[in-house]
Amino acid sequence: MADYKALEDLVVQVRRDILRQVHKVNSGHPGGSLGCTEFFVALYNELMERNENFTMDGIGEDLFFLSNGHISPVFYSVLARAGYFPVEELNTFRLLNSRLQGHPTTHEGLPGVRVASGSLGQGISVSIGAALTKKLNKDKHLVYTLCGDGELQEGQNWEAIMYAAGNNVDNLIVTVDLNGQQIDGATKNVLPLGNLKAKFEAFGWDVMDIEKGNDLKAIIAGMKKAKEKTGNGKPVCVLLHTVMGNGVDFMMHTHDWHGKAPNDQQLETALSQNPVTLGDY
Amino acid sequence: MKKYTDTGKKDTRSGFGDGLTELGKKNKDVVALCADLTGSLKMDEFKDNHPERFFQVGIAEANMIGIAAGMTIGGKIPFTGTFANFSTGRVYDQIRQSVAYSGKNVKICASHAGLTLGEDGATHQILEDIGLMKMLPGMTVINTCDYNQTKAATIAIADYEGPVYLRFGRPKVANFTPADQNFQIGKAVQLQEGNDVTIIATGHLVWEALQAAETLNENGISTDVINIHTIKPLDDEAILKSVKRTGCVVTAEEHNFLGGLGESVARLLSTNHPAPQEFIATQDTFGESGTPEQLMDKYGLNASAIVNAVKKVIARK
Ligand SMILES: Cc1ncc(C[n+]2csc(CCOP(=O)(O)OP(=O)(O)O)c2C)c(N)n1
Ligand SMILES: [Mg+2]
Repeated sequence: MADYKALEDLVVQVRRDILRQVHKVNSGHPGGSLGCTEFFVALYNELMERNENFTMDGIGEDLFFLSNGHISPVFYSVLARAGYFPVEELNTFRLLNSRLQGHPTTHEGLPGVRVASGSLGQGISVSIGAALTKKLNKDKHLVYTLCGDGELQEGQNWEAIMYAAGNNVDNLIVTVDLNGQQIDGATKNVLPLGNLKAKFEAFGWDVMDIEKGNDLKAIIAGMKKAKEKTGNGKPVCVLLHTVMGNGVDFMMHTHDWHGKAPNDQQLETALSQNPVTLGDY
Repeated sequence: MKKYTDTGKKDTRSGFGDGLTELGKKNKDVVALCADLTGSLKMDEFKDNHPERFFQVGIAEANMIGIAAGMTIGGKIPFTGTFANFSTGRVYDQIRQSVAYSGKNVKICASHAGLTLGEDGATHQILEDIGLMKMLPGMTVINTCDYNQTKAATIAIADYEGPVYLRFGRPKVANFTPADQNFQIGKAVQLQEGNDVTIIATGHLVWEALQAAETLNENGISTDVINIHTIKPLDDEAILKSVKRTGCVVTAEEHNFLGGLGESVARLLSTNHPAPQEFIATQDTFGESGTPEQLMDKYGLNASAIVNAVKKVIARK
């Protein structure tokens, strides 16, 4: 049984990390990061089987790929707090010579990152590749991927989605951050995604919803169910219904904070809604 | 020396947006397409003025290029807008086959080019786009230097029949070219006349070249400065005329030294009038996160780097 109090504390602390990172450099993407905080915390602390030390090859452990690389602030915070690198390094987010690039990169050798992302639409393909290698290596572990809902407008995703089902890549769980928002507005106004569940199913995937995508219990229960679906010949898709900007009242339910940092006053308000738990970096 | 004054810092992408707004009013065949970056590309005004001529394609750049190519059939003049990386590398084969090879009148308008995109980092900072685009037969490649010039170029390319790549940037930079300039594709702009060295610059480096020239002239080095806003077709005549007088050249661009303006100039000189050349450009590297100024400094793309390159190239004469 998960220690929900500890996980809740971590969620709040990660929110603070996200807000403080983007505020310091007045750039970066808080909205999507906040919406996926509970997912990341659950994934890295309850769901993935991870080795002690990071290696690129990740033999004998589960792998995670972030396709929507712009939500790097949540990724970095969760990685740091899981011990991949010192939390103090969050201070260097987006600064010159930092390992914490605007979008995740392998170029600077940040532990926890296995491929660069930022240019959207490429993560599912890379995840399929890593999942195929796991199979070739007779490694029973899983590959997890997160991608944005707007991101699914990129055609490459659908090439990948077709491939994964057609080739029984069943050691793969792709989670879609279904927040209904993207840069120019609500996804339904920019380019409607239609019935995503039906689309994935039509391509041959095993699809499930997690309706409460910002509820740790629901995420953990749902993802465990997703895990059980693996190994049955079909890739697994989780539609994670999230609220963009979750945990900061004025950032919620809008695309306004997709790629905008809070000013001093806004930061103060946002942090006051999320008081320190584990300690700031 | 001619005096150039910054009339107030402005971003070149706003020059594009304002140019597009003006085009929308005067040319009803102009249509605009965007891939979920309307605000970043400053296309909002065109969109609001002409919703029926604005096409939001979503985050789907390959589809956008294909649709744009198709819209030319029947006489529309499509302007596509997204970041430079997603305007070129992301969609290279779509441009190659459906636009360039098919000779379609598509204007590929690309913002946030180069290092000055800043904090987003290397995934978004393309430094290879000039090379990619200039290698396509029949493609015109333009990299404007300031707000006024970007606005003028945006308007001018609508009257030119054929595919165009128009490259501009994100940050606010000096605005110093005339608001009423007559933008001529393929025609270099002579900014300073001098006898000791030629500086050939494009994009954001043009203002840096002017600053460098001031320093150099104070040090008794008479400097010729040429603004090459059109990298292809290159103004061979203007470049050769200058280098024949000065005997050496520094090229300056916010781009990799492989495939950029510098290589085009080197090719021209080596086949017509060999002369020592130094390259102000990135040295076969990716970019990284940082402020635009920090990055331009770290990668040697500013006035002081140009001054040093000039001293080096003169010594090689
Ligand atoms: C290929 C590509 N095109 C455009 C962009 C610019 N861009 C960054 S994030 C984004 C919106 C993504 O929407 P979504 O996946 O829903 O993420 P959210 O806004 O919900 O965080 C866009 C268009 C990009 N990074 N890559
Ligand atoms: Mg979204």
